[in-house]
Amino acid sequence: MIWNWEFAAEALPILLRGFVNTLIATVVGTIIATVLGLILAVAIRGLPRWINWIVRLLVAFVRNTPLVVQLIFVYYIFAGIPGLVDVPALVIGFIVIGIHYSTYMSESYRAGIDSVPPGQFEAATALSLPPVRTFTAVVLPQALRATIPSLGNYAVAMFKDTPFLFAISVVELVTSAQQFGAAKFAYTEAFTLAGIIFLVASYPTSLLIQRLDRRLATY
Amino acid sequence: MTENLTTLLNFLPQLWEGVRVTIILTVVGSLGAVIIALALGLAMTSTHAWLRVPARIIVEFFRGTSLLVQLFWLFYVFPLLGVELDPMICGIGALALNYGAYSAEVVRSSITTVDKGQWEAAIALSLSPSRRMIRVIFPQAWALMIPSLATLLIQLLKGTAVVSFITLQDLTDKITQLRQSTNDTYFAFTVGLIIYFVIAWLIQEFMNFLERRATAALGRRRPNSRTDRREARRLARADAVRKDRSTSRAAADDGGGDGLGTGPESGPASGQGGRL
Repeated sequence: MIWNWEFAAEALPILLRGFVNTLIATVVGTIIATVLGLILAVAIRGLPRWINWIVRLLVAFVRNTPLVVQLIFVYYIFAGIPGLVDVPALVIGFIVIGIHYSTYMSESYRAGIDSVPPGQFEAATALSLPPVRTFTAVVLPQALRATIPSLGNYAVAMFKDTPFLFAISVVELVTSAQQFGAAKFAYTEAFTLAGIIFLVASYPTSLLIQRLDRRLATY
Repeated sequence: MTENLTTLLNFLPQLWEGVRVTIILTVVGSLGAVIIALALGLAMTSTHAWLRVPARIIVEFFRGTSLLVQLFWLFYVFPLLGVELDPMICGIGALALNYGAYSAEVVRSSITTVDKGQWEAAIALSLSPSRRMIRVIFPQAWALMIPSLATLLIQLLKGTAVVSFITLQDLTDKITQLRQSTNDTYFAFTVGLIIYFVIAWLIQEFMNFLERRATAALGRRRPNSRTDRREARRLARADAVRKDRSTSRAAADDGGGDGLGTGPESGPASGQGGRL
Protein backbone atom coordinates (compact mmCIF):
# COMPACT_ATOMS: atom_id res chain seq x y z
CA MET A 1 0.00 0.00 0.00
CA ILE A 2 1.32 3.40 -0.88
CA TRP A 3 -0.05 6.00 1.42
CA ASN A 4 1.73 9.25 2.04
CA TRP A 5 0.47 11.20 5.05
CA GLU A 6 2.21 14.36 3.84
CA PHE A 7 0.26 14.30 0.59
CA ALA A 8 -2.91 13.60 2.51
CA ALA A 9 -2.34 16.58 4.80
CA GLU A 10 -1.60 18.75 1.79
CA ALA A 11 -4.65 17.54 -0.11
CA LEU A 12 -7.18 18.02 2.68
CA PRO A 13 -7.46 21.85 2.63
CA ILE A 14 -7.66 21.82 -1.17
CA LEU A 15 -10.38 19.20 -1.09
CA LEU A 16 -12.33 21.10 1.54
CA ARG A 17 -12.18 24.20 -0.62
CA GLY A 18 -13.63 22.11 -3.45
CA PHE A 19 -16.20 20.77 -1.02
CA VAL A 20 -17.55 24.30 -0.53
CA ASN A 21 -18.56 24.34 -4.20
CA THR A 22 -20.12 20.89 -3.78
CA LEU A 23 -22.20 22.21 -0.90
CA ILE A 24 -23.24 25.35 -2.78
CA ALA A 25 -24.35 23.25 -5.74
CA THR A 26 -26.27 20.88 -3.47
CA VAL A 27 -28.02 23.54 -1.41
CA VAL A 28 -28.99 25.85 -4.28
CA GLY A 29 -29.87 22.84 -6.45
CA THR A 30 -32.14 21.51 -3.70
CA ILE A 31 -33.91 24.86 -3.34
CA ILE A 32 -34.50 25.07 -7.10
CA ALA A 33 -35.65 21.46 -7.26
CA THR A 34 -38.10 21.69 -4.33
CA VAL A 35 -39.74 24.87 -5.65
CA LEU A 36 -39.83 23.82 -9.30
CA GLY A 37 -40.90 20.30 -8.37
CA LEU A 38 -43.94 21.64 -6.54
CA ILE A 39 -44.81 23.92 -9.45
CA LEU A 40 -44.54 20.99 -11.86
CA ALA A 41 -46.66 18.73 -9.67
CA VAL A 42 -49.40 21.34 -9.38
CA ALA A 43 -49.16 22.22 -13.08
CA ILE A 44 -49.52 18.60 -14.14
CA ARG A 45 -52.68 18.32 -12.04
CA GLY A 46 -54.25 21.57 -13.09
CA LEU A 47 -53.43 22.21 -16.73
CA PRO A 48 -55.66 21.35 -19.69
CA ARG A 49 -55.12 17.98 -21.19
CA TRP A 50 -52.86 18.64 -24.15
CA ILE A 51 -50.49 21.03 -22.31
CA ASN A 52 -50.43 18.52 -19.51
CA TRP A 53 -49.35 15.85 -21.98
CA ILE A 54 -46.49 18.01 -23.27
CA VAL A 55 -45.33 18.87 -19.73
CA ARG A 56 -45.37 15.19 -18.76
CA LEU A 57 -43.39 14.26 -21.85
CA LEU A 58 -40.80 16.93 -21.08
CA VAL A 59 -40.55 15.77 -17.46
CA ALA A 60 -40.04 12.17 -18.61
CA PHE A 61 -37.44 13.35 -21.11
CA VAL A 62 -35.40 15.25 -18.53
CA ARG A 63 -35.71 12.36 -16.07
CA ASN A 64 -34.63 9.62 -18.43
CA THR A 65 -31.62 11.27 -20.01
CA PRO A 66 -28.20 11.55 -18.37
CA LEU A 67 -27.46 14.53 -16.15
CA VAL A 68 -23.91 14.66 -17.56
CA VAL A 69 -25.16 15.17 -21.10
CA GLN A 70 -27.66 17.79 -19.97
CA LEU A 71 -24.88 19.65 -18.14
CA ILE A 72 -22.64 19.70 -21.20
CA PHE A 73 -25.56 20.66 -23.43
CA VAL A 74 -26.57 23.67 -21.31
CA TYR A 75 -22.95 24.64 -20.85
CA TYR A 76 -22.51 24.89 -24.63
CA ILE A 77 -25.83 26.70 -25.05
CA PHE A 78 -24.73 29.32 -22.53
CA ALA A 79 -21.37 29.61 -24.25
CA GLY A 80 -23.16 30.30 -27.55
CA ILE A 81 -25.35 33.16 -26.28
CA PRO A 82 -23.39 36.41 -26.12
CA GLY A 83 -24.99 37.76 -22.95
CA LEU A 84 -24.52 34.52 -21.02
CA VAL A 85 -20.89 33.69 -21.78
CA ASP A 86 -19.69 34.99 -18.43
CA VAL A 87 -22.08 32.93 -16.33
CA PRO A 88 -19.90 30.80 -14.03
CA ALA A 89 -20.00 27.05 -14.63
CA LEU A 90 -21.10 26.53 -11.02
CA VAL A 91 -24.29 28.52 -11.67
CA ILE A 92 -25.03 26.47 -14.78
CA GLY A 93 -24.33 23.41 -12.67
CA PHE A 94 -26.83 24.07 -9.93
CA ILE A 95 -29.49 25.25 -12.37
CA VAL A 96 -29.24 22.03 -14.41
CA ILE A 97 -29.02 19.78 -11.34
CA GLY A 98 -31.97 21.62 -9.79
CA ILE A 99 -34.10 21.17 -12.92
CA HIS A 100 -33.06 17.53 -13.28
CA TYR A 101 -34.03 16.69 -9.73
CA SER A 102 -37.22 18.78 -9.83
CA THR A 103 -38.60 16.18 -12.23
CA TYR A 104 -38.01 13.54 -9.57
CA MET A 105 -39.36 15.67 -6.77
CA SER A 106 -42.52 16.54 -8.70
CA GLU A 107 -43.30 12.83 -8.65
CA SER A 108 -42.91 12.77 -4.83
CA TYR A 109 -45.16 15.80 -4.46
CA ARG A 110 -47.73 14.15 -6.72
CA ALA A 111 -47.69 11.01 -4.58
CA GLY A 112 -47.98 13.16 -1.45
CA ILE A 113 -50.97 15.10 -2.81
CA ASP A 114 -52.61 11.84 -3.91
CA SER A 115 -52.18 10.46 -0.40
CA VAL A 116 -54.38 13.21 1.08
CA PRO A 117 -57.79 11.56 1.68
CA PRO A 118 -60.52 12.80 -0.70
CA GLY A 119 -62.67 13.69 2.31
CA GLN A 120 -60.29 16.58 2.99
CA PHE A 121 -60.98 18.08 -0.45
CA GLU A 122 -64.70 17.57 0.03
CA ALA A 123 -64.63 19.16 3.49
CA ALA A 124 -62.78 22.17 2.08
CA THR A 125 -65.40 22.47 -0.66
CA ALA A 126 -68.18 22.17 1.90
CA LEU A 127 -66.62 25.02 3.89
CA SER A 128 -66.48 26.89 0.57
CA LEU A 129 -62.80 27.64 0.88
CA PRO A 130 -61.40 29.18 -2.30
CA PRO A 131 -59.23 26.71 -4.29
CA VAL A 132 -55.94 28.47 -3.46
CA ARG A 133 -56.66 28.35 0.25
CA THR A 134 -57.83 24.75 0.01
CA PHE A 135 -54.49 23.94 -1.48
CA THR A 136 -52.21 25.96 0.78
CA ALA A 137 -54.03 25.49 4.09
CA VAL A 138 -55.53 22.01 3.80
CA VAL A 139 -53.90 19.85 1.15
CA LEU A 140 -50.29 20.98 1.13
CA PRO A 141 -49.55 20.67 4.89
CA GLN A 142 -50.80 17.08 4.83
CA ALA A 143 -49.12 16.25 1.54
CA LEU A 144 -45.76 17.59 2.71
CA ARG A 145 -45.77 15.24 5.66
CA ALA A 146 -45.63 12.33 3.26
CA THR A 147 -43.28 14.10 0.87
CA ILE A 148 -40.48 15.56 3.01
CA PRO A 149 -38.52 12.34 3.66
CA SER A 150 -38.36 11.47 -0.02
CA LEU A 151 -37.35 15.04 -0.85
CA GLY A 152 -34.52 14.57 1.64
CA ASN A 153 -33.48 11.36 -0.07
CA TYR A 154 -33.36 13.16 -3.40
CA ALA A 155 -31.27 15.92 -1.84
CA VAL A 156 -28.75 13.30 -0.71
CA ALA A 157 -28.81 11.69 -4.17
CA MET A 158 -28.19 15.12 -5.65
CA PHE A 159 -25.27 15.62 -3.31
CA LYS A 160 -23.73 12.41 -4.64
CA ASP A 161 -24.38 13.51 -8.22
CA THR A 162 -22.56 16.84 -7.85
CA PRO A 163 -19.25 15.24 -9.00
CA PHE A 164 -20.84 15.14 -12.46
CA LEU A 165 -20.06 18.86 -12.52
CA PHE A 166 -16.60 17.59 -13.44
CA ALA A 167 -18.00 17.53 -16.99
CA ILE A 168 -18.21 21.31 -17.10
CA SER A 169 -15.01 21.78 -15.06
CA VAL A 170 -16.52 23.17 -11.89
CA VAL A 171 -13.84 22.72 -9.25
CA GLU A 172 -15.87 20.72 -6.73
CA LEU A 173 -14.69 17.95 -4.45
CA VAL A 174 -13.86 15.24 -6.98
CA THR A 175 -12.50 17.62 -9.60
CA SER A 176 -10.17 19.18 -7.05
CA ALA A 177 -9.11 15.68 -5.99
CA GLN A 178 -8.40 14.80 -9.60
CA GLN A 179 -6.41 18.00 -10.14
CA PHE A 180 -4.42 17.50 -6.97
CA GLY A 181 -3.77 13.87 -7.86
CA ALA A 182 -2.56 14.81 -11.33
CA ALA A 183 -0.27 17.55 -10.04
CA LYS A 184 1.35 15.51 -7.28
CA PHE A 185 0.73 12.06 -8.72
CA ALA A 186 -0.99 11.29 -5.44
CA TYR A 187 -4.28 9.85 -6.65
CA THR A 188 -4.53 7.36 -3.79
CA GLU A 189 -4.64 10.00 -1.06
CA ALA A 190 -6.78 12.45 -3.01
CA PHE A 191 -9.55 10.06 -4.07
CA THR A 192 -9.61 8.15 -0.81
CA LEU A 193 -10.05 11.37 1.12
CA ALA A 194 -12.72 12.52 -1.32
CA GLY A 195 -14.58 9.26 -0.78
CA ILE A 196 -14.31 9.59 2.98
CA ILE A 197 -15.62 13.16 2.90
CA PHE A 198 -18.61 11.99 0.85
CA LEU A 199 -19.30 9.12 3.22
CA VAL A 200 -18.97 11.26 6.34
CA ALA A 201 -21.34 13.86 4.92
CA SER A 202 -23.97 11.62 3.35
CA TYR A 203 -24.32 8.69 5.74
CA PRO A 204 -25.40 10.66 8.84
CA THR A 205 -27.76 12.69 6.67
CA SER A 206 -29.49 9.60 5.36
CA LEU A 207 -29.77 8.24 8.91
CA LEU A 208 -31.39 11.52 9.95
CA ILE A 209 -33.83 11.28 7.04
CA GLN A 210 -34.71 7.73 8.08
CA ARG A 211 -35.53 8.96 11.57
CA LEU A 212 -37.54 11.84 10.16
CA ASP A 213 -39.41 9.37 7.96
CA ARG A 214 -40.36 7.30 10.98
CA ARG A 215 -41.42 10.36 12.97
CA LEU A 216 -43.57 11.80 10.19
CA ALA A 217 -45.17 8.48 9.24
CA THR A 218 -48.92 8.75 9.80
CA TYR A 219 -49.63 5.06 9.61
CA MET B 1 -30.57 21.53 -41.48
CA THR B 2 -29.95 19.35 -44.57
CA GLU B 3 -26.20 19.77 -44.01
CA ASN B 4 -26.68 18.54 -40.47
CA LEU B 5 -28.60 15.52 -41.70
CA THR B 6 -25.90 14.55 -44.22
CA THR B 7 -23.25 14.95 -41.51
CA LEU B 8 -25.37 12.82 -39.23
CA LEU B 9 -25.72 10.16 -41.95
CA ASN B 10 -21.95 10.05 -42.43
CA PHE B 11 -21.52 9.97 -38.67
CA LEU B 12 -23.96 7.11 -38.13
CA PRO B 13 -21.38 4.28 -38.00
CA GLN B 14 -19.42 6.16 -35.33
CA LEU B 15 -22.58 7.01 -33.44
CA TRP B 16 -23.49 3.34 -33.47
CA GLU B 17 -20.06 2.55 -31.98
CA GLY B 18 -20.88 4.92 -29.11
CA VAL B 19 -24.33 3.45 -28.63
CA ARG B 20 -22.78 -0.01 -28.56
CA VAL B 21 -20.33 0.98 -25.82
CA THR B 22 -23.18 2.51 -23.79
CA ILE B 23 -25.34 -0.58 -24.24
CA ILE B 24 -22.52 -2.96 -23.31
CA LEU B 25 -21.79 -0.92 -20.18
CA THR B 26 -25.48 -0.90 -19.27
CA VAL B 27 -26.08 -4.60 -19.86
CA VAL B 28 -22.89 -5.99 -18.35
CA GLY B 29 -22.92 -3.41 -15.57
CA SER B 30 -26.49 -4.26 -14.63
CA LEU B 31 -25.80 -8.00 -14.71
CA GLY B 32 -22.89 -7.43 -12.34
CA ALA B 33 -25.07 -5.18 -10.21
CA VAL B 34 -27.79 -7.84 -9.98
CA ILE B 35 -25.30 -10.49 -8.87
CA ILE B 36 -23.82 -8.15 -6.25
CA ALA B 37 -27.30 -7.08 -5.17
CA LEU B 38 -28.52 -10.64 -4.69
CA ALA B 39 -25.43 -11.67 -2.75
CA LEU B 40 -25.43 -8.61 -0.48
CA GLY B 41 -29.20 -8.37 -0.22
CA LEU B 42 -29.56 -11.99 0.87
CA ALA B 43 -26.64 -11.61 3.26
CA MET B 44 -28.38 -8.60 4.82
CA THR B 45 -31.49 -10.66 5.56
CA SER B 46 -29.41 -13.39 7.16
CA THR B 47 -29.89 -14.21 10.82
CA HIS B 48 -26.12 -14.51 11.27
CA ALA B 49 -24.52 -11.26 12.33
CA TRP B 50 -21.18 -12.21 10.74
CA LEU B 51 -22.92 -12.17 7.33
CA ARG B 52 -25.30 -9.32 7.96
CA VAL B 53 -22.92 -6.74 9.40
CA PRO B 54 -20.19 -6.89 6.71
CA ALA B 55 -22.82 -6.83 3.96
CA ARG B 56 -24.43 -3.76 5.54
CA ILE B 57 -21.05 -2.02 5.79
CA ILE B 58 -20.19 -2.78 2.15
CA VAL B 59 -23.58 -1.52 0.98
CA GLU B 60 -23.38 1.71 2.98
CA PHE B 61 -19.83 2.26 1.78
CA PHE B 62 -20.66 1.98 -1.92
CA ARG B 63 -23.89 3.91 -1.54
CA GLY B 64 -22.26 6.66 0.47
CA THR B 65 -19.29 7.38 -1.77
CA SER B 66 -20.16 8.84 -5.12
CA LEU B 67 -20.12 6.86 -8.37
CA LEU B 68 -17.47 9.14 -9.82
CA VAL B 69 -15.18 8.67 -6.82
CA GLN B 70 -15.40 4.89 -7.28
CA LEU B 71 -14.80 5.18 -11.00
CA PHE B 72 -11.74 7.38 -10.52
CA TRP B 73 -10.48 5.11 -7.78
CA LEU B 74 -10.56 2.15 -10.15
CA PHE B 75 -9.09 4.16 -13.01
CA TYR B 76 -6.39 6.24 -11.28
CA VAL B 77 -5.53 4.45 -8.05
CA PHE B 78 -5.47 0.80 -9.13
CA PRO B 79 -2.57 1.30 -11.57
CA LEU B 80 -0.58 2.81 -8.67
CA LEU B 81 -1.28 -0.37 -6.70
CA GLY B 82 0.10 -2.37 -9.60
CA VAL B 83 -3.19 -3.42 -11.17
CA GLU B 84 -3.70 -2.01 -14.66
CA LEU B 85 -7.38 -2.17 -15.58
CA ASP B 86 -8.96 -1.65 -18.99
CA PRO B 87 -11.15 1.51 -18.92
CA MET B 88 -14.11 -0.64 -19.95
CA ILE B 89 -13.57 -2.91 -16.91
CA CYS B 90 -13.27 0.17 -14.68
CA GLY B 91 -16.56 1.51 -16.00
CA ILE B 92 -18.40 -1.78 -15.64
CA GLY B 93 -16.89 -2.36 -12.20
CA ALA B 94 -17.81 1.05 -10.82
CA LEU B 95 -21.35 0.87 -12.21
CA ALA B 96 -21.87 -2.68 -10.93
CA LEU B 97 -20.56 -1.85 -7.44
CA ASN B 98 -22.43 1.42 -7.04
CA TYR B 99 -25.79 0.33 -8.42
CA GLY B 100 -25.35 -3.16 -6.96
CA ALA B 101 -25.22 -1.58 -3.51
CA TYR B 102 -28.39 0.41 -4.17
CA SER B 103 -30.15 -2.68 -5.55
CA ALA B 104 -29.03 -4.76 -2.58
CA GLU B 105 -31.11 -2.49 -0.38
CA VAL B 106 -34.09 -3.05 -2.71
CA VAL B 107 -33.57 -6.82 -2.57
CA ARG B 108 -33.35 -6.76 1.20
CA SER B 109 -36.44 -4.66 1.73
CA SER B 110 -38.50 -6.71 -0.77
CA ILE B 111 -37.56 -9.95 0.95
CA THR B 112 -38.54 -8.56 4.33
CA THR B 113 -41.87 -7.27 2.95
CA VAL B 114 -43.00 -10.74 1.86
CA ASP B 115 -45.92 -11.69 4.08
CA LYS B 116 -44.92 -13.32 7.35
CA GLY B 117 -47.44 -16.10 6.84
CA GLN B 118 -45.51 -17.26 3.79
CA TRP B 119 -42.39 -17.78 5.89
CA GLU B 120 -44.37 -19.57 8.55
CA ALA B 121 -46.13 -21.77 6.01
CA ALA B 122 -42.81 -22.73 4.43
CA ILE B 123 -41.43 -23.61 7.85
CA ALA B 124 -44.60 -25.59 8.67
CA LEU B 125 -44.09 -27.58 5.46
CA SER B 126 -40.53 -28.18 6.71
CA LEU B 127 -38.93 -26.83 3.57
CA SER B 128 -35.20 -26.41 3.93
CA PRO B 129 -34.02 -22.77 4.23
CA SER B 130 -32.67 -22.73 0.66
CA ARG B 131 -35.84 -24.25 -0.81
CA ARG B 132 -37.93 -21.87 1.25
CA MET B 133 -36.04 -18.94 -0.24
CA ILE B 134 -35.91 -20.21 -3.83
CA ARG B 135 -39.41 -21.63 -4.20
CA VAL B 136 -41.52 -19.53 -1.85
CA ILE B 137 -40.03 -16.24 -0.71
CA PHE B 138 -37.91 -15.12 -3.64
CA PRO B 139 -40.55 -15.40 -6.41
CA GLN B 140 -42.82 -13.13 -4.37
CA ALA B 141 -40.03 -10.72 -3.47
CA TRP B 142 -38.94 -10.65 -7.12
CA ALA B 143 -42.34 -9.37 -8.24
CA LEU B 144 -42.12 -6.67 -5.57
CA MET B 145 -38.62 -5.52 -6.43
CA ILE B 146 -38.90 -5.19 -10.21
CA PRO B 147 -40.37 -1.65 -10.28
CA SER B 148 -37.55 -0.30 -8.08
CA LEU B 149 -34.96 -2.24 -10.04
CA ALA B 150 -36.35 -0.71 -13.25
CA THR B 151 -35.78 2.77 -11.82
CA LEU B 152 -32.26 1.83 -10.80
CA LEU B 153 -31.55 0.31 -14.20
CA ILE B 154 -32.45 3.58 -15.89
CA GLN B 155 -30.26 5.38 -13.34
CA LEU B 156 -27.46 3.04 -14.34
CA LEU B 157 -27.99 3.84 -18.01
CA LYS B 158 -27.74 7.52 -17.16
CA GLY B 159 -24.69 6.80 -15.02
CA THR B 160 -22.84 5.28 -17.97
CA ALA B 161 -22.38 8.80 -19.32
CA VAL B 162 -19.58 9.39 -16.80
CA VAL B 163 -17.29 6.86 -18.49
CA SER B 164 -16.53 9.51 -21.10
CA PHE B 165 -14.34 11.04 -18.32
CA ILE B 166 -12.04 8.01 -18.42
CA THR B 167 -11.31 8.08 -22.15
CA LEU B 168 -14.06 5.66 -23.18
CA GLN B 169 -15.85 6.64 -26.39
CA ASP B 170 -19.44 6.10 -25.37
CA LEU B 171 -22.56 7.82 -26.68
CA THR B 172 -21.86 10.98 -24.66
CA ASP B 173 -18.41 11.26 -26.17
CA LYS B 174 -19.80 10.74 -29.68
CA ILE B 175 -22.39 13.47 -29.11
CA THR B 176 -19.65 16.00 -28.40
CA GLN B 177 -17.83 14.78 -31.52
CA LEU B 178 -21.01 15.20 -33.56
CA ARG B 179 -21.34 18.70 -32.17
CA GLN B 180 -17.85 19.55 -33.36
CA SER B 181 -18.43 18.23 -36.86
CA THR B 182 -21.85 19.85 -37.33
CA ASN B 183 -21.07 23.01 -35.35
CA ASP B 184 -24.67 22.86 -34.16
CA THR B 185 -25.02 22.32 -30.40
CA TYR B 186 -28.81 21.99 -30.44
CA PHE B 187 -28.88 19.43 -33.23
CA ALA B 188 -26.14 17.17 -31.84
CA PHE B 189 -27.45 17.12 -28.28
CA THR B 190 -31.07 16.70 -29.28
CA VAL B 191 -30.12 13.65 -31.33
CA GLY B 192 -28.04 12.27 -28.46
CA LEU B 193 -30.62 12.87 -25.77
CA ILE B 194 -33.33 11.27 -27.89
CA ILE B 195 -31.17 8.16 -28.31
CA TYR B 196 -30.71 7.95 -24.53
CA PHE B 197 -34.43 8.51 -24.05
CA VAL B 198 -35.30 5.70 -26.47
CA ILE B 199 -32.91 3.27 -24.74
CA ALA B 200 -34.45 4.20 -21.37
CA TRP B 201 -37.93 3.64 -22.79
CA LEU B 202 -36.95 0.21 -24.12
CA ILE B 203 -35.55 -0.71 -20.71
CA GLN B 204 -38.78 0.41 -19.06
CA GLU B 205 -40.87 -1.69 -21.46
CA PHE B 206 -38.65 -4.71 -20.86
CA MET B 207 -38.93 -4.35 -17.09
CA ASN B 208 -42.73 -3.97 -17.37
CA PHE B 209 -42.74 -7.22 -19.33
CA LEU B 210 -40.65 -8.92 -16.62
CA GLU B 211 -42.99 -7.60 -13.95
CA ARG B 212 -46.07 -8.88 -15.78
CA ARG B 213 -44.44 -12.27 -16.07
CA ALA B 214 -43.35 -12.36 -12.43
CA THR B 215 -46.78 -11.40 -11.12
CA ALA B 216 -48.53 -13.75 -13.54
CA ALA B 217 -46.32 -16.56 -12.23
CA LEU B 218 -47.75 -15.84 -8.79
CA GLY B 219 -51.28 -15.93 -10.19
CA ARG B 220 -51.71 -12.23 -9.55
CA ARG B 221 -52.08 -9.19 -11.67
CA ARG B 222 -49.71 -6.27 -11.71
CA PRO B 223 -51.03 -3.35 -9.60
CA ASN B 224 -52.65 -0.77 -11.85
CA SER B 225 -52.09 -2.94 -14.91
CA ARG B 226 -53.54 -2.08 -18.28
CA THR B 227 -56.25 -4.72 -17.85
CA ASP B 228 -57.16 -3.29 -14.44
CA ARG B 229 -57.40 0.22 -15.79
CA ARG B 230 -59.53 -0.93 -18.71
CA GLU B 231 -61.83 -2.76 -16.31
CA ALA B 232 -62.10 0.33 -14.09
CA ARG B 233 -62.94 2.51 -17.09
CA ARG B 234 -65.62 0.05 -18.20
CA LEU B 235 -67.17 0.04 -14.74
CA ALA B 236 -67.07 3.83 -14.55
CA ARG B 237 -68.81 4.06 -17.93
CA ALA B 238 -71.51 1.61 -16.87
CA ASP B 239 -71.94 3.60 -13.68
CA ALA B 240 -72.30 6.86 -15.56
CA VAL B 241 -74.93 5.34 -17.84
CA ARG B 242 -76.85 4.04 -14.84
CA LYS B 243 -76.73 7.42 -13.11
CA ASP B 244 -77.85 9.09 -16.32
CA ARG B 245 -80.82 6.77 -16.56
CA SER B 246 -81.87 7.30 -12.96
CA THR B 247 -81.70 11.09 -13.30
CA SER B 248 -83.76 11.06 -16.46
CA ARG B 249 -86.15 8.78 -14.70
CA ALA B 250 -86.42 11.21 -11.81
CA ALA B 251 -87.15 13.95 -14.31
CA ALA B 252 -89.78 11.79 -15.93
CA ASP B 253 -91.35 11.12 -12.55
CA ASP B 254 -91.74 14.87 -12.38
CA GLY B 255 -91.37 15.50 -8.68
CA GLY B 256 -93.52 12.49 -7.92
CA GLY B 257 -90.98 10.91 -5.62
CA ASP B 258 -87.96 13.22 -5.41
CA GLY B 259 -85.86 10.10 -5.45
CA LEU B 260 -87.60 8.73 -2.37
CA GLY B 261 -87.21 5.01 -2.42
CA THR B 262 -86.48 4.92 -6.14
CA GLY B 263 -83.21 3.10 -6.09
CA PRO B 264 -81.51 2.51 -9.43
CA GLU B 265 -82.28 -1.22 -9.12
CA SER B 266 -86.06 -0.77 -9.11
CA GLY B 267 -85.60 1.46 -12.13
CA PRO B 268 -87.34 0.11 -15.21
CA ALA B 269 -90.74 -0.45 -13.63
CA SER B 270 -91.10 2.99 -12.07
CA GLY B 271 -89.70 4.59 -15.22
CA GLN B 272 -92.43 3.05 -17.27
CA GLY B 273 -94.96 4.04 -14.68
CA GLY B 274 -93.95 7.65 -15.08
CA ARG B 275 -94.43 7.53 -18.80
CA LEU B 276 -97.81 5.91 -18.69
